[in-house]
Amino acid sequence: MSTTFWIIIAGAIATYLTRIGGHLVISRFDNIHPRVEAGLNAVPAAVLTTLVAPELLNAGPAEWAALVVTAVVSLRGGLMSMFLAGTAVLIIARQFVG
Amino acid sequence: MSAETLSENSLAGDFWSGVRLSMPVVVASAPFAVLFGALAVDNGFSVLEAFLMSALVFGGASQMVGIQLFGQHVAPWLIVLSIFAVNFRHVLYSAGIGRRIAHWPVVCQALGYFILTDPQYAVAEARAQSGQTVGFAWYLGLGLPVYVFWVIESALGAVFGKLIPDTHALGIDFLLPIYFLGLVMGFRKRPLWLPVVVASACASIIAYKTVGSPWHVSIGAIAGVLLAVILPPHHSGVGERP
Repeated sequence: MSTTFWIIIAGAIATYLTRIGGHLVISRFDNIHPRVEAGLNAVPAAVLTTLVAPELLNAGPAEWAALVVTAVVSLRGGLMSMFLAGTAVLIIARQFVG
Repeated sequence: MSAETLSENSLAGDFWSGVRLSMPVVVASAPFAVLFGALAVDNGFSVLEAFLMSALVFGGASQMVGIQLFGQHVAPWLIVLSIFAVNFRHVLYSAGIGRRIAHWPVVCQALGYFILTDPQYAVAEARAQSGQTVGFAWYLGLGLPVYVFWVIESALGAVFGKLIPDTHALGIDFLLPIYFLGLVMGFRKRPLWLPVVVASACASIIAYKTVGSPWHVSIGAIAGVLLAVILPPHHSGVGERP
């Protein structure tokens, strides 16, 4: 079996644990410590930011334009519209600045 | 007409009313499923592996994170940990939905948790709050179409992804950062969002420059989460929630 296969299996088990674990574990406690809850609330933004920020180091004008437009559109639109707007800007800008 | 056929009819009705509610989710997730398949192949997955990941993990953002890290040759355990971290929010959904489905048989509950995605939680919780029962047939009707389409579209995306000649001109290599920025922006109403994003961004860039990839992901994430833990709870608005 390939490494990729085991990554997928382990990822699937980890994911299922998050989906059933809250019911099995957290529901046994009456209260979650506010600081733990604050930390949990911060997890998605913290993890996802690290996947974007280092890309800025290598980003050219086309990539910057795409990210700025994505951020601006996100103030009004949903995930789909901001993604399409950012992608459109990226593709068009790359025709000019490569 | 026996009581049994009556209840079978109402089960089928429940199922189909769930299916109707699933349609917007099916439509909205379709492009991401195709995109996942195409990107998975671009990052070194086979079509079968892309299909398997969608079928077994069934969590869009975490699958994108997984293939992004896989493409960067990050250590396998760190990829799995990242998938776990991105999906960790499900713990809260799981804790919330548990009391709504506690009356189901255990096998049904186990299956129900497997398809507990963001929209599944949101729609089921809304139904429960409106005073209606969250039945298994209805819940399955809501989740099954999303699952089936997600898996098929991922495989299609992977097949077509192999046919794309110039991924740079189409921007394929930079679609994930755009997608992740979109997800980050989606959390902007959360307390402490901006400080967490700034802390994670700075820490991950510094770590990327010094320690190097893939550690910038963990270091940046820990910086953001620690900031939220260290700041006094009233800043994070945790105590104020209804």
